[in-house]
Amino acid sequence: MDYFDIFISILGSAIRLSIPLLFTALAGLFSERAGIFDIGLEGKILASAFASACVAYWTGNAWAGLATGIATSIVFSLVHGFASITNRGNQIVSGVALNFVAAGLTIVLGSAWFGQGGRTGQVPASGRFSGITLPGAEMMRDVPIIGPLYANVISGNNILTYIAFLMVPISWWILYRTRFGLRVRAVGENPGAVDTAGISVAWLRYRALIVAGFLCGFAGTYLSIAQSAAFINNMSAGKGYIALAALIFAKWKPVPVMLACLLFGFLDAFANFMQGKALPGIGEVPVQIFQALPYILTCVLLAGFIGVARPPKAGGVPYTKER
Amino acid sequence: MTGKAPHLSLDLSKNEPAIELVGIDKKFGAVHANKNINLTVAKGSIHGIIGENGAGKSTLMSILYGFYQADQGEIRISGKPVTIRDSQAAIAAGIGMVHQHFMLVENFTVLENVMLGAEGGQLLRQGVSSARKELKRLEDDYGLDVDPDAVIEELPVGRQQRVEILKALYRGAEILILDEPTGVLTPAEADHLFKVLKVLRDQGKTIILITHKLREIMAITDTVSVMRRGEIVATRKTTETTVEELAELMVGRRVLLRVEKGDANPGKVLLSVKNLTVKDSRGVTMVDDVSFDVRAGEIVGIAGVAGNGQSELLEAIAGIRKPASGEILLDGKPTAGADPAELRELGLAHIPEDRHHMGLVLKFEEYENSILGYHRESRFGGAMLNLDEIRKQAEDQIEKYDIRPPNPRLKTANFSGGNQQKIVVAREIERNPDVLIIGQPTRGVDIGAIEFIHKRIIEMRDAGKAVLLVSVELDEIRSLSDRILVMFAGKVVGEQSGEANEQALGLMMAGIAA
Amino acid sequence: MSTASVPLPAWINYGLIPLLNLFLAFFFSGLVVWAIGESPFEALKLLLAGALGRGEGIGFTLFYATSFIFTGLSVAVAIHAGLFNIGSEGQAYLGGLGAALVALSLDRYVPWYVTMPFAIIGSALFGAACAAIPAWLQAKRGSHIVITTIMFNFIVSSLMNYILVRVLIVPGKMAPESRTFLEGGQLPKLDWLIGMFGGRLGAAPLNFSFLVALVMCFLVWLLIWRTKLGYEMRTLGHSPTAASYAGMRYARIVMITMLISGGLAGMMALNPVMGASARLQIEFVGGAGFVGIAVSLMGRNHPAGIILAALLFGVLYQGGAELSFDMPTITRDMIVVIQGLVILFAGALEYMLRPAIVRVYQQISGK
Repeated sequence: MDYFDIFISILGSAIRLSIPLLFTALAGLFSERAGIFDIGLEGKILASAFASACVAYWTGNAWAGLATGIATSIVFSLVHGFASITNRGNQIVSGVALNFVAAGLTIVLGSAWFGQGGRTGQVPASGRFSGITLPGAEMMRDVPIIGPLYANVISGNNILTYIAFLMVPISWWILYRTRFGLRVRAVGENPGAVDTAGISVAWLRYRALIVAGFLCGFAGTYLSIAQSAAFINNMSAGKGYIALAALIFAKWKPVPVMLACLLFGFLDAFANFMQGKALPGIGEVPVQIFQALPYILTCVLLAGFIGVARPPKAGGVPYTKER
Repeated sequence: MTGKAPHLSLDLSKNEPAIELVGIDKKFGAVHANKNINLTVAKGSIHGIIGENGAGKSTLMSILYGFYQADQGEIRISGKPVTIRDSQAAIAAGIGMVHQHFMLVENFTVLENVMLGAEGGQLLRQGVSSARKELKRLEDDYGLDVDPDAVIEELPVGRQQRVEILKALYRGAEILILDEPTGVLTPAEADHLFKVLKVLRDQGKTIILITHKLREIMAITDTVSVMRRGEIVATRKTTETTVEELAELMVGRRVLLRVEKGDANPGKVLLSVKNLTVKDSRGVTMVDDVSFDVRAGEIVGIAGVAGNGQSELLEAIAGIRKPASGEILLDGKPTAGADPAELRELGLAHIPEDRHHMGLVLKFEEYENSILGYHRESRFGGAMLNLDEIRKQAEDQIEKYDIRPPNPRLKTANFSGGNQQKIVVAREIERNPDVLIIGQPTRGVDIGAIEFIHKRIIEMRDAGKAVLLVSVELDEIRSLSDRILVMFAGKVVGEQSGEANEQALGLMMAGIAA
Repeated sequence: MSTASVPLPAWINYGLIPLLNLFLAFFFSGLVVWAIGESPFEALKLLLAGALGRGEGIGFTLFYATSFIFTGLSVAVAIHAGLFNIGSEGQAYLGGLGAALVALSLDRYVPWYVTMPFAIIGSALFGAACAAIPAWLQAKRGSHIVITTIMFNFIVSSLMNYILVRVLIVPGKMAPESRTFLEGGQLPKLDWLIGMFGGRLGAAPLNFSFLVALVMCFLVWLLIWRTKLGYEMRTLGHSPTAASYAGMRYARIVMITMLISGGLAGMMALNPVMGASARLQIEFVGGAGFVGIAVSLMGRNHPAGIILAALLFGVLYQGGAELSFDMPTITRDMIVVIQGLVILFAGALEYMLRPAIVRVYQQISGK
């Protein structure tokens, strides 16, 4: 394999690895922009991965799986909202709690239903999202540079991948071009302004959380029935937190979120590729460095060494009307 | 700023009422915030509501704007009873509110802020052009010019407030409530605000102005109501009342304008400020090349409208804020780089402007606050706290300063404003400092405690201490100070003796005469 | 104004409300058990019997509680200074390295009681080191400590992974773990403690670090309520402006607080690493850092409350493990669910029942 082929293969894998991050980070974008810290992203994608795997396994219908995954993750969002909006509880504590509930419940229910120690059954092909060959991929394959790029990186992904990238402009459009988006951005900065403008802060934040739940549903579904063919214990494996890091790294903006997710996905893919290989001149680089890099980069960013990351001002603070 | 606003001489009583409050009553637990409020405001007039902090003004307005529900009573708009459950209902009823702390999204543009909640459709595009048109019209009609694409956080405070007014008008407000609108404004900005308000009134809007500043009431209102302890104790035509009468109504008895004090006997310079410049966190110059001395045995008062650099000056002297340049000397020794703890050791005590956030930790028990800032002293222990000693001296202070209830284990939040302030005053004065700097010593404090605190301050002077006093209450400054410095826009613009006349000081504070 | 400011007597605030929240958490856990076709009451009985029925069960319960006391104290100390340290997990993990390095270097030469003081220092130092960077970032650069401590959980995880897989692994073995410590690197079991109550410790790994944890509870109480440093920490936690007015140095307090917090988390490693498995294993913390958040919250950030809450979670862990033996359809992960629900109801939904209770209380007391 020459370097270009290697590059293409890493790139393809980077895209596949960045999709769940992208959905999840966009989900976090909506909740955090609305002023609700969401470290429960991890739990949401895990729960939805489990739910979609179950339904896809039972019905053999991937779309039914997706719908259930989304519904499950929205339920988790609503619980988070109930705790942190309605009851003004601590948003971080609520997120931690939901992560635990998801981690435990998926295994308990999975073991009870499938008897495989938390694994669901193997989802049949019809219940999965498989790769789609885009028109002209075969024809293009032999065109230098662009050909392999189109055939192996752009084409051949499953539908959720394309949806993920579509979600970026859509999220941008919703946030910056719609009434809902304007209000979401406002409520994360100064809920008082929203309240005195006659808009319900609680209902607005609930809606932002529902959007977040919706997007996390895609992320979970992608993990269990697009990237794999079953739910496996703890298969989110910290992706919710990497997505959170990507969100911060992107300074809470949609297009940079995509770039950050691609970067973190690339690091992951590169780490996989480098496993056991030596870099010329440097020698073998421990894969753990690549695994830790997203978090290190985010800390460096937070330290203000790469521009200033200004989080939504009202983030994490329950809104109280009383003065 | 004094004198009556010349305007159309209409007989207001014949105007139909824009808003009527009938028997409004509101309790918060044991606190009776509003007692049977009856109020009628005529359409096309400016009505002032004046009262001390805690008199119930803000509660009343919050009821009008749907933040709270009244326990009893009725609100009528243009004669029709309305129920105002939330802000939305208030807006629908034609009520607009300009909050004391602006309800603006700071990283939004003016246009976005104005549109928020009145976007005119699901997509922003639909509303933007009509919003721009409407803003242009409001600018033409009322002289409220603001660049719609400017970002709020980059605008000066006066402009930001204008956006608040625009927000209300954009939503079609006929009744505009302004809550302490000049608290954050420079005199020039305040003047401009008053001009705008007059234009609005002359165009038929009804305006309710909540304030505790008598000057503003006299300068701009047509009618005025005085609130005291949750009640409206009087309503007057502004032309038929005087500052003295209103002041008396506000506090319920003759204001003690003069404190008994002998002549000052100034000694050597104990506090010296030289060419001090202080910037705030945004880099805006708040104190601009200020120099003055305070001698032993004198009280130097700093008069000025709030927000002209007094707070920053105090914080810089107290070591809380680092000066950008200049020097502060205590007893001739420069204090550069000293933090508040080191300054205390050098004999500087500080009664801060804001006891809730600075002078006290409200969740602490009283005795814990009685050592705040002095906790490092060896008599309170080494690494460990010597609780016996701390509680003993807390009890001493409680007795000496008549702090009630006399319980050092009570949570500080459960003391009244006056007693909380006494906790701070006791702590700072009992250390017997050489230099005492004081900010707003009697804000939100009852009359009895005011007299008590004023006496202690005079005693400090007579004991040969240097006292620097900052207050926005001109009466307080005049009755306590031996010399008065006036601050305006970060500079000391003039000096007067303690007997200065109010008019002259007022002009200086407004930046007019120096 | 809502009911939030209505004062309630202490027995309601610190007794009734936490108990009701706990009840709700167990109620929903019961629903899960019922949903998978088992009897919730039977399960509860088995859980309690497993955790408290025999000396061995109690030993396990106290063993788990030991870890939670350390992490709970870690979270609580930070909260008193207004800092939310959710990095106890990573700090404990790195603390394990500190303990293991001491044990590995000394176990051949000296008895356990010589190793232990060094191991306590080692684990605390490493735990503190892990908290140092987030603390510095918060103190000097204003980076949100919640986020940076989360990030450090993962950074430490990768680091430890590398160290165990590449450095400390026993040559020729597959498992990423250090060699087993000799007796000089192991903390003794507390047979006598259980024996005092007529039970037998059996295989339970309850060890000397339990006593260390109790001592730490006392020291933390002393620190927070009886020292000048604790006074400064609490001032900062309640009101940063008052702290700056009083001349307290923000950066210094943040750094010291976080180092103590990280140190306490690091000491948690003594329990599993030197007290139980006698070797450094991958992912040995197993979520105890996060449980510490729940323990601290439920214990109202007070050492006495933390001991009680840690015992509760200890019961859950041990009882849950036993339960999964007796009811194979219920896996051990049921305790993770219960734990999550306890954190949800006792932590995030802490105030849910308050308005209703206030109303009932006002009616009964006739106010």
